[in-house]
Amino acid sequence: MAEFRLPENSRINKQGKVHKAPAGAARVRTFKVYRYDPHGGENPRVDTFEIDMDDCGPMVLDALIKIKNEIDPSLTFRRSCREGICGSCAMNIDGTNTLACTKSCDEVKGEVKIYPLPHMPVVKDLVPDLTQFYAQYASVKPWLQSRTPAPPDRERLQAPEEQEKIDRPSACILCACCSTSCPSYWWNGDRYLGPAALLAAYRWIIDSRDEATGERLDALEDPFKLYRCHTIMNCTEACPKDLNPAKAIAEIKKMMVERSHT
Amino acid sequence: MRQRPLSPHLDVYRFAYTMATSILHRITGVVLSAGLLVLVWWLLAAAGDAEGYAGVAAILGSGPMQVLLAGWVIAFVYHLCNGIRHLSWDLGYGLEKTEARRSARWVVIATVLISLALLYAGFVLRGAP
Repeated sequence: MAEFRLPENSRINKQGKVHKAPAGAARVRTFKVYRYDPHGGENPRVDTFEIDMDDCGPMVLDALIKIKNEIDPSLTFRRSCREGICGSCAMNIDGTNTLACTKSCDEVKGEVKIYPLPHMPVVKDLVPDLTQFYAQYASVKPWLQSRTPAPPDRERLQAPEEQEKIDRPSACILCACCSTSCPSYWWNGDRYLGPAALLAAYRWIIDSRDEATGERLDALEDPFKLYRCHTIMNCTEACPKDLNPAKAIAEIKKMMVERSHT
Repeated sequence: MRQRPLSPHLDVYRFAYTMATSILHRITGVVLSAGLLVLVWWLLAAAGDAEGYAGVAAILGSGPMQVLLAGWVIAFVYHLCNGIRHLSWDLGYGLEKTEARRSARWVVIATVLISLALLYAGFVLRGAP
């Protein structure tokens, strides 16, 4: 059932710390960052950091790294590639899920509010526990399944137009921006697979080399796993790679209907 | 170990057109279900005797009831327009971001125009009861 209020232990404590900008800073911007210390025994809080943008890189990730290096080394977040291909720094910035490394501070008006991906268990600060998200991805069997043996002398071939179909869906980096932007996933994340896992399922369903299409569709024939998608479109709006999980899910629903009429 | 807190969701997520059109669809659906009961009540009265019908008509013709009826008309038009949008999505059309944004705008415009036309026809042309 949908639980709209945060549980008692998750409500944000009003007393966040405030770190003022250094004297003489000309271009100051305020960053409000969600903090949670698993060892402190206290509820989460929101800390305020004033940053001199003349002394900071342009992206939100640059600001977070600056905070960690120069102001508060306990600030915890995931990051790696800093170029939008690893998916580690996914978080909620200015009310929308995106990657901190590709989100420019200039795109945000006023205070830059940074929270972890929504409706997830928080390990520490901006680090959510993605165990269930990865398990859902694994449950769609994201690998090639075939019965016919591969040709002994070469790869399984695919026409360019067949490759084109899986080209975009394959570009998913599993950052979880889409799934954690979806209200349906918020309320039913334990049973609804969510846009990311369903996009992966779609990518293998339409792969011309895959021979388990029937089994894959059978596995999704369930009131919750697939059909909790109500086409809200938050997923497609959130995707930092400009992919379209909502369309992939709609295509799977169509295939379900088509095969029941043949 | 202490149970992990749940990260904020509704409170922090930007309320964009996507969520707005979706939740409105659900709300208008619920409103229409309630309106259907009133419609059935009115039909039952119409099938009964004149005296009973006059009583029901008097209640439905009262000021607050007329406001509710106007609300139901708007809810019906929105649910219809956005329902067509959902129908086209189910057929696989209009799922690109730009298309979905545009169709959301059209649903709002169509709802306003059709509602105004219906309300004008119902309350002005036909004359208040």
